[in-house]
Amino acid sequence: MAKLLEVDDLATYFFTPEGVVKAVDGITYDLEEGEVLALVGESGCGKSVSALSLMRLIANPGRNVRGSVMFDGKDLLELTEPEMRGIRGNDMAMIFQEPMTSLNPVLTIGKQLTEAITLHLGYDKQQSEGRAGDLLEMVGIPEGRGRLNDYPHQFSGGMRQRVMIAMALSCNPKMLIADEPTTALDVTIQAQILELVQELGKETGTSVLIITHNLGVVARYADRVNVMYAGKIIERGTAREIYGNPRHPYTIGLLKSVPRLDETRKELLEPIEGLPPDLIFLPEGCAFRERCAYAIDRCATEIPPLVEVADAHTAACFVSDQLGSEWGGNK
Amino acid sequence: MEDTAKMPLNETGNLVDVKNLVKYFPVRKGIVIQRHVADVKAVDDVSFFIRPGETLGMVGESGCGKTTVARTMLQLYRPTSGTVEFQGQDLATLKGRALRDARREMQMIFQDPYGSLNPRMNCGNIIGEPLIVHKLTRSRNEYRDQVAELLTTVGLAPYMASRFPHEFSGGQRQRIGVARALAVRPSFIACDEPVSALDVSIQAQLINLLEELQAQFQLTYLFVAHDLSVVRHISDRIVVMYLGKIAEIATRDELYANPLHPYTQALLSAVPIPDPVIEATRSRILLTGDVPSPLRPPPGCVFNPRCQSVGDDCAGTHTEGLTNEAGVPDLREVSPDHWVSCIKV
Repeated sequence: MAKLLEVDDLATYFFTPEGVVKAVDGITYDLEEGEVLALVGESGCGKSVSALSLMRLIANPGRNVRGSVMFDGKDLLELTEPEMRGIRGNDMAMIFQEPMTSLNPVLTIGKQLTEAITLHLGYDKQQSEGRAGDLLEMVGIPEGRGRLNDYPHQFSGGMRQRVMIAMALSCNPKMLIADEPTTALDVTIQAQILELVQELGKETGTSVLIITHNLGVVARYADRVNVMYAGKIIERGTAREIYGNPRHPYTIGLLKSVPRLDETRKELLEPIEGLPPDLIFLPEGCAFRERCAYAIDRCATEIPPLVEVADAHTAACFVSDQLGSEWGGNK
Repeated sequence: MEDTAKMPLNETGNLVDVKNLVKYFPVRKGIVIQRHVADVKAVDDVSFFIRPGETLGMVGESGCGKTTVARTMLQLYRPTSGTVEFQGQDLATLKGRALRDARREMQMIFQDPYGSLNPRMNCGNIIGEPLIVHKLTRSRNEYRDQVAELLTTVGLAPYMASRFPHEFSGGQRQRIGVARALAVRPSFIACDEPVSALDVSIQAQLINLLEELQAQFQLTYLFVAHDLSVVRHISDRIVVMYLGKIAEIATRDELYANPLHPYTQALLSAVPIPDPVIEATRSRILLTGDVPSPLRPPPGCVFNPRCQSVGDDCAGTHTEGLTNEAGVPDLREVSPDHWVSCIKV
């Protein structure tokens, strides 16, 4: 498969009065055509900022400090603002986290949906309203055509998220970024939305980047998984590898700290002790060292690079070889 | 700490008996003359009990009334009708001083660790306020020691008492919420989604803390949450709610091994399992549509418009012994400790 997106050493810092927040600090990954890639990490690990950086939606005091984002043969970071505007919402679209606040409450759904369609596809009013109605039905809103004149408050949370998906898909994008698409939704609605994103992705050949904090949510849908911690990708691999053979202590910790429905109940959960580090005062060496049970002296001085631990599976840990049995042995 | 043997219980031997609890929120129209036009039926005829020392989990989707049940039990909302019997007293009839005294025995931990702490009070005063309100402290020194002890109990350090909420992380704030609830030495704590705002690695820390405290202080919990894996981990028995009504009540293992209500089955099948190999072979019951509005709940079984096993007699047909006059299924005990409200079971 051809590569649609290649991110190389992307770094985005926020220059605050308190110091420089290294929200994204040199991440490299790629996305193939038609693939579903997951970016997993806890709040503050830089996963949303990295997605916003791709779309060049970082506001002051944030700035992209280095790296390149090759999308469809163009480096997005080199484009002028008008050129970028032609890509946003057209070739690359985003589903935002909060369906409650990302829609404009004083404009009708129809108005918000047709805006991008008339702009990017050059449809007239009637054509774009027809397309908007089709889109709503495609994402499973019954009588979608009749609801174009409704306002966001007349929709439930799950329906609003469907509207967001319809909007993102309106110009047949090559790539869809879904930033925590289901966090605010109930489990039964969550399942509906993810099935929908996956189906639509398959139908239209769109590549999907799903950003989430919940490893469970993406197990069913992702082809490959990137795990982020403190602004860096610390483990990457196919979904089967990441869930079946995790080799970074943080990934193992994440998998162990959630109770699972398919396993017998444990007496006590195994949390990751401590708190994520302050991104202004990152410790020297490995950022996870202070919470890590396997830390060695070398972790305090050197930042571990991503090295291959198995086929199509890399981890940034000096002791990843010794962790092979850690997960399997625990089950 | 007092002995649990001395804990006053209801005649039934339970700590809490909730019977036919109803909470409607009126919807009014008009500016000068406010006409009562409809009711949001948040909780509609709910009965259950909590045994001393157990954790009763309560799950359901947003808007199903689980938070309203917890708040109405503690009389933070006054029930429209029904009784909440706690330690032999009906809380719904208590007022003023008597109610305040009863509240010392029951506390609540709230969902949002950001909104539930007063940003202008320091952490020590947030935790210590209940001690002063309930006159559980005699001197300034004793007060300081009590606050320090509470902080240590929940895994914070005594020197943090002078810090303000914004200086703490989400997980630490939730620990402050726990310490505040523990301050009056309650026998019962209602935990309303205590971990849903936290990251997974921090969630596990707090869940372990809640379990340790339960063992240490012989607490009884009502644990309201929407995450079924978390609820299974912490609960002894579980109540599944849907649109203001109870769908099913069962012990933890029974509910997960043998869910009887179609809604429980759908809910369990929607929970993702962090393993792509298992997920690939798992079948899912995908519910269609959204939860109906509690303003106009559907006739008969409230789940019938979305139900995968719906039949003709689910939408309001009266069946003797299975439903009430209006065709709403009764909550029946189908096997010991397993209650379900579905006529197909």
